[in-house]
Amino acid sequence: MATTVAAPPRYAVPHTKYERGLWSWLATVDHKKIGQLYLYTAIAFFLIGGLEALIIREQLKGPNGQLVSAEMYNQLFTMHGTTMIFLVIMPMGAAFFNYLIPLQIGARDVAFPRLNAFSYWVFLLGALFMNAGWIVGAAPDGGWFAYAPLTTQQFSPGLNMDFWVIGLQILGLSSLAAGFNFITTIINLRAPGMHFMRMPIFTWMSFVTQFLLVLAFPIITVAVTFLMLDRFFGTNFYTITAGADPLLWQHLFWLFGHPEVYILILPAFGLVSEVLPVFSRKPLFGYPVMVYSGILIGFLGFGVWAHHMFAVGMGPIADSVFGVTTMLIAIPTGVKIFNWLATMHGGSLRFTTPMLFAIGLIALFTIGGISGIMHSSPPADLQQTDTYFIVAHFHYVLFGGSMMGIFAGTYFFYPKITGRLMDERLGKIHFWLTFVGMNLAFFPMHFAGLNGMPRRIYQYQANQGWDIENLVSTWGARILGVATLVFIWNFVKSRRSGAVAGRDPWGAATIEWTLPSPPPEYNYAVIPTITSRYPLWDAKSPELTADVPHTPEGEKRTDVSVGGKETHASFKGPSDTHMASEVAHPSAKELGIAMPTPTIKPLLASIGLTVMFLGLILKHSVNYQSLWLPVLLAGVAFFVVSLYAWLLSPLEPEHH
Amino acid sequence: MTAIPHEHGHAHHYTTTGLDHRKIAIWAFIGSECLFFGSLISTYLIYKGRSVVGPFPHEAWTNPSTGQTFPAILDIPVTSASTFVLLMSSLFMVLAHASVVRGDRKYSKIWLAATALAGATFLGFQAFEFTSFVHEGLTPRTNLFGSSFFILTGFHGAHVTAGVIWLITLLFIDFRRGLRPADAINVDLCALYWHFVDVVWIAIFTLIYLIQ
Repeated sequence: MATTVAAPPRYAVPHTKYERGLWSWLATVDHKKIGQLYLYTAIAFFLIGGLEALIIREQLKGPNGQLVSAEMYNQLFTMHGTTMIFLVIMPMGAAFFNYLIPLQIGARDVAFPRLNAFSYWVFLLGALFMNAGWIVGAAPDGGWFAYAPLTTQQFSPGLNMDFWVIGLQILGLSSLAAGFNFITTIINLRAPGMHFMRMPIFTWMSFVTQFLLVLAFPIITVAVTFLMLDRFFGTNFYTITAGADPLLWQHLFWLFGHPEVYILILPAFGLVSEVLPVFSRKPLFGYPVMVYSGILIGFLGFGVWAHHMFAVGMGPIADSVFGVTTMLIAIPTGVKIFNWLATMHGGSLRFTTPMLFAIGLIALFTIGGISGIMHSSPPADLQQTDTYFIVAHFHYVLFGGSMMGIFAGTYFFYPKITGRLMDERLGKIHFWLTFVGMNLAFFPMHFAGLNGMPRRIYQYQANQGWDIENLVSTWGARILGVATLVFIWNFVKSRRSGAVAGRDPWGAATIEWTLPSPPPEYNYAVIPTITSRYPLWDAKSPELTADVPHTPEGEKRTDVSVGGKETHASFKGPSDTHMASEVAHPSAKELGIAMPTPTIKPLLASIGLTVMFLGLILKHSVNYQSLWLPVLLAGVAFFVVSLYAWLLSPLEPEHH
Repeated sequence: MTAIPHEHGHAHHYTTTGLDHRKIAIWAFIGSECLFFGSLISTYLIYKGRSVVGPFPHEAWTNPSTGQTFPAILDIPVTSASTFVLLMSSLFMVLAHASVVRGDRKYSKIWLAATALAGATFLGFQAFEFTSFVHEGLTPRTNLFGSSFFILTGFHGAHVTAGVIWLITLLFIDFRRGLRPADAINVDLCALYWHFVDVVWIAIFTLIYLIQ
């Protein structure tokens, strides 16, 4: 399918410091570069989180493991969970939001390019802050859920949970800023004709995710702020002796935490919904229902949180209500599974690496979903909660679901990002190692859990019926480790030596594939006008989209006003020869397109913010305690000055 | 392939809805803030009446070990006055926006300054309230009421502070180069934020001060 061209497109030689080297990354406001920064950072943390998982599995491979101490084990499982959720899957989602949403809706950048850079830098500094605990030998150790009052100063003295509390606070700000940005981008930067029901399904699922982000993160912000004030300033929000409710944290946390689960999975659903139609050569089955089920999952996601709390004794009414809502949310999720199967049914399937990972998601997420329905029933949950059965369940959902979807998306969009394809042979080795390793690692945990093995224990006695299960799990984890090395090798190597992709290596249907790979800085020289859900197939293989609604024959293409002038630009599918002939592209300046000026002010603002929180943690340090307030205030001042410098400077050059 | 003509200032960029980006973003922000204050207010209400020791908001309390008596701590007449000032500031904000829209350079400054002044007055009332509570023996560490009251109203006060700084910035720009009708969007955004912070205060005043 790949068009044969000599090399990826060349762009004008970089001639300012903003266009090459380190500076071009520090000062970038280009959504494609920021997307790549998210991608590389998330992969780095995937390796760290994976290493933590491997140590955990080595410790548990047999009875009475001696590799790490109990204290170290607590830090490892806390940071494994925290890293994989907040520093891997969420930023992987952010990488695809950044790279793809503007391309898919026909925009030149996001609505607020500098705020976008700010989101990334805040994320990076928050991630480093969270991991800084390792350096001082006090990584967070209270679980990724950080249940207060267990995590209050009284029961968790030391800096460990301080790093978690403040790190999460910083990461939350990043997600909120990004959420406002992408909601605005999707509502307000869709190309003419890109009605909501013509949006690529990945953008739709991302749109739902942004609403979950901006509505769920304020809740955790409040919960974490209470914990921070309790720990640093002696307030009583979680002090039981002062009359505090021991369930306050659990309610606030899971009111955030369950929507968070959908924040982690919906982008992956969106990615495989892009991959499956392309390699089935069929439009996505039931596109409107896929959209509505995504929205319904978003709504119901806010009404199921207490199913994480059946064991705390909320009473039969609350248990029944949350059991029922949990069973209900399985319906829109099941609809998605069947629609993916129906998309593949009768299609001309091509089993490329992205397709294999997408099918892997359908199979493995279904297993995780079904075990989820099992513990939606409170009596069943009382048997399963806090056992390895739950660990098995959420690894099928998050690894079998989110990570498989992210791998599918990575292989699928790598050629758009880099201009070269990833190696298919290595990709297939990666897939099969992942698929086998994942099932070996996590399936036996179902049995260990049902046989009574509790979560979060660092040692267990022999002959309790868990020995074989744990050994198999450890071997599965080792295979996953090898699989990851294959992936990294493929990712790095293909950058230089992968087959040149051209614009549309897969025969895809959506407008991002009309652009050169990698796309020019301004994405679209002319903003396209969209007339259907699958513009490329309309142009190249109209028989595929005959049943999909189009702009009616009689409806004139709306003339749109761009930059104050009427334009009649409409979308044309580029021919293959046209695709192959283009090797150089004019710069934004030559085309007279105003693009945002690169600036490091968002980076400076994020540094100010981090210094402010650094000041707070100094309050608990031994040697620098007296410095905490000056450092905190210096951070605030630096943040405010950077923010004003940023807001008062224009986004684009005044004269061009 | 025709190039898109030059655009000056991002106000003229094509947008799908025709609205300024910031207008949509601030509504998303306000939606998010509803959950933020919703969580703070819910916590206050959940913890209402659960404090083990006083002082309490609406009833007197005698310390059993010292015999010291603390009166009900909330001063509703004083806070009613500060609430009135804050509500009036929303009216001034509307007038400031209207002045900028019709290009009235004199009244835009007067009303912006009046809004900022009313906001600052509200903050002054809050500072007075907080210090008098501390003198009467209520701090964020005293009891659950102290923790949830100070943090809820403190975060609201921080939002008012940010609004006052925003208003002063607009006023500064107005003095430096004048706010033209084309700048009305900037005042509009500030006004949306300001009204939202006001509405939150109406909820807080009703739920915490008026309902006993």
